[in-house]
Amino acid sequence: MLDDVVFWVLALLAVASGLMVFRFDSMARATYALLTSLLCVGGEVLLLGLDYLGVVIVLMMTIEMAIMAVFMVMYMMNPAGLMPMTMVHNTKGAAVICAVVFAVLAAGILLAPWPSRRGRPSADPTMDLGLSLMGPQMLTMMTLGLALFATIVATVVLATRRGRYDRFGDDLKARTADDPVRGGTVR
Amino acid sequence: MSDAAPLWATVILPVALAVAAVVTAGFDAVLSGAAERGPAGSVREAGLRAMAPLREALRLLVQQPRRTTAADRLLGRLGMVLVPVAAVLAGAVLPWGFRSVSDPSVGIVWFNAMEALAWAAVWLAGWGPNSALSLIGGYRFLAQGLAYELPHMFAITTAALGAESLRVGDLVAAQGGLWFVVWMPAAFVVYLLSALAMAFWGPFAYPLAQDAAGGAAVELAGVDRLVFLGGRWMLLVVTAGFSVPLFLGGGHGPLLPGWAWTLLKTAAVLALLVAGRRLLPVLRMERYMELAWMVLVPLTLLQALVVAVVVLNR
Repeated sequence: MLDDVVFWVLALLAVASGLMVFRFDSMARATYALLTSLLCVGGEVLLLGLDYLGVVIVLMMTIEMAIMAVFMVMYMMNPAGLMPMTMVHNTKGAAVICAVVFAVLAAGILLAPWPSRRGRPSADPTMDLGLSLMGPQMLTMMTLGLALFATIVATVVLATRRGRYDRFGDDLKARTADDPVRGGTVR
Repeated sequence: MSDAAPLWATVILPVALAVAAVVTAGFDAVLSGAAERGPAGSVREAGLRAMAPLREALRLLVQQPRRTTAADRLLGRLGMVLVPVAAVLAGAVLPWGFRSVSDPSVGIVWFNAMEALAWAAVWLAGWGPNSALSLIGGYRFLAQGLAYELPHMFAITTAALGAESLRVGDLVAAQGGLWFVVWMPAAFVVYLLSALAMAFWGPFAYPLAQDAAGGAAVELAGVDRLVFLGGRWMLLVVTAGFSVPLFLGGGHGPLLPGWAWTLLKTAAVLALLVAGRRLLPVLRMERYMELAWMVLVPLTLLQALVVAVVVLNR
């Protein structure tokens, strides 16, 4: 009973704040409305008994949205994103696409032959999650981690204006880097 | 595993945190007074100096709040209120001796998630008043968070690895013999550093630094300021207090009962942090950023590797 109440409150709040993302005219408000929505989803996952996943959703989404707010504000087309703006573009086309996607998903939910539960829920879902990620999928996870890390490094290398030749000179033999900001570890 | 605390502990927790915050702020005020006006002549004078934070709190209670033009009051308020709320929510998994208000199976992740909420809160508080300097303060805290959060996560992961559990109660139980600080010194030091950074206080007060006229808190006055800065003291208490179950053996110790040991250890860590603030200037974040990525991240990774090898060989 209590679970049902919590479920519906969180679900309605998630959908409402999700809608507000497109109603707010401020980048910061839109971002934090999205965060509210995602936190509610984290709550729903907690309600399913998946403690670790639920709390990790709260943790990751908070950090992610805080950083995203900054980037969104920085890259908005009007100065610093501080002026009123709209999150909605191509209103009619978007409405049609959304309606179709919703209809397809809803039809899928209603028409799919859902299997009945087999076995019992595990006593320690966190442990099972770790085993299923790091046990048989170890190779996938290692490859994925390496690819992600390589992407991050490559992106930073491509994005930074000053390369190592700027920092250490043409023959890279300088003892200390020539950085615009002094201080740090090697100076 | 620790026992569940009685229901009234839920009510006591915010009060206890607030009292601890006032005491810590009082101790800090005594040290400040000694540095500015010489050592206190009598016990009475020292007591008067220790009351300074309370007097300041009363002053803020009656002070007029400040309104700014085109402020985003909803988000600003949210940011201010979230700071103490996140501190209390994080405190829910803090064991008093061997009991905490709640001891979920993923208590450590919960604590970290609440810290992240406080992180978002400071940016909101800086964004809210539509003022350049407070926004700069908010941005500074995000940059600071990027520098401390990764070593911080590795440090607390190391403790969880040592206990082979994410439950705070198991962490305390695993330190019945040897405290984690003995074989995880690097993780402990990194945790203490990031505890300061988390509470944006002392050497990590860059988001609220004087060179930005007070940064994120510049436009806050009256009750708003009290909630925000009071929440920061509570964050400091909670993060310092969490180092006890993480690394200092929780309530374990001879003679005294568990809660007394928790109290003593928390007080010792807090005293260390408060006294340590006097030794270090406010750090510019780009300098700490380099230290964090070049030294602290590899260091904590090595520390985690050592602990992982020990755990595997157990």
